[in-house]
Amino acid sequence: MIEISDVNKHFGKLHILKNIRLSLKEGECIALIGPNGCGKTTLIKSVLGMVLPNSGEILFDGRSINKDIHYRRHIGYMPQIGRYPENMTIGQIINMVKQIRNSDEAYDEDLYEQFGIEKLLDKRMGTLSGGTTQKVSAVLAFLFRPKVLILDEPTAGLDPLSAEFLKEKIIQEQKKGKLILITSHLLSELDDLISQVIFMQEGEMLFHKNVAVLKQETGTDKISKAIIQLLKRDQA
Amino acid sequence: MIRILKFVIIDILKNKVVIVYTLMLALFSWSAFSLEDNATKGVLTLLNIILLTVPLVSILFSTIYIYNSGEFIELLASHPVKRKKIWNSLFFGLTISLVLAFLIGAGIPIFLFADIGKAVMMLAVGTLITVIFISIAFFSAIMSRDKAKGIGVSILLWLYFALLFDGLVLFLTFQFSDYPIEKGMVVLAAFSPIDMARILMLLQLDVSAMMGYTGAIFKNFFGTSLGLLISFFILFLWIFIPYRISLSKFKHKNL
Repeated sequence: MIEISDVNKHFGKLHILKNIRLSLKEGECIALIGPNGCGKTTLIKSVLGMVLPNSGEILFDGRSINKDIHYRRHIGYMPQIGRYPENMTIGQIINMVKQIRNSDEAYDEDLYEQFGIEKLLDKRMGTLSGGTTQKVSAVLAFLFRPKVLILDEPTAGLDPLSAEFLKEKIIQEQKKGKLILITSHLLSELDDLISQVIFMQEGEMLFHKNVAVLKQETGTDKISKAIIQLLKRDQA
Repeated sequence: MIRILKFVIIDILKNKVVIVYTLMLALFSWSAFSLEDNATKGVLTLLNIILLTVPLVSILFSTIYIYNSGEFIELLASHPVKRKKIWNSLFFGLTISLVLAFLIGAGIPIFLFADIGKAVMMLAVGTLITVIFISIAFFSAIMSRDKAKGIGVSILLWLYFALLFDGLVLFLTFQFSDYPIEKGMVVLAAFSPIDMARILMLLQLDVSAMMGYTGAIFKNFFGTSLGLLISFFILFLWIFIPYRISLSKFKHKNL
């Protein structure tokens, strides 16, 4: 569904993405992990067309993303730090995005209801706490029933109850056969969600493995333990 | 694009600056016409005020607005919206609001006091100057990610066009006063939209005689319909080129 081939990105002297090659398919739930500043967000933003790679190509359903922006209809994106126009209220933001997307499909308002956004519609974005902003981002990401969900640190800043709602929602969507790409530092949170792991370090992709294979190789039962084992083995 | 444009215009109008700007222009215009006893003098006074304030407000407000729209741009860019559409919506949103402010604030008194030919020329010149400085604002805002730097560049560009350029021209005329530079002055005028606008307007007011021999050359060139056409074309280039450069930069910007 998403093919990334030999993508390189430089920010000045920094080489942020080094020959990234990936193939992501429907129904997969992929965890993108790695230390801070390893290029996870840059990779995600490249897929969204917000960052333009210096070389390489990204295909969505077989078509280059540079040629046609309509592929973004099929993506729901939840940014790590949602930045929204400060003067607009939550209601105005949701309305605006609905009008821009102009989709005929019925909206998916599960999270909207669970998070109790209804009561907050008149609040200005500038006055919101980090957690509430995250809730708005989550609602917008799921609202249009996209085929692909890209979630950058989705549960960071959410209260435990809301994080649980979001997790359930992600599992529910995964069962519908959607492609889900998550970055997170909280590995324990991902355990019951993901089917594959991509590990990045300093702009390079170290491995892309099936979770079952990974656990078997390292003889552990938790992803977090498996990753730590692998890293230790690499260093040794 | 119309949908995004609507959001931009509503957002600008919610910002009270444009309304204050309209009132300020209205105040200047009414007082210029009531203080002077004849309308031509009133137009002349107003011309000088407009050529100083309109570029300043246009370039500063637009630059700050573009920087403050960073979040808005980022939000739209993750949805199926072309970057060109986002940038165009911001440009037309600013253009429509600021031109409207100018036409309401200064246009009504000008039409009431000045005669129709001068009024039309004045409004045309004011509108073009507004759009030119919005376009220059887009150029300076895309050059740097740093807001303070971008606003600084805008202020410097305004200073250059409004004050420094005149000084430079004056310096050149004194240095080369022994040579026949009158034709060169016509070419030089093309490099500053404010001067171009001033010359176009002064010729309408028949006060070009005050500019001496250069005034006569100006009249020979700008007074003809071909000269008029060329000068309007150059003013349009001043809109088109800075905006076009900013657009192609924006298309490749990392958000």
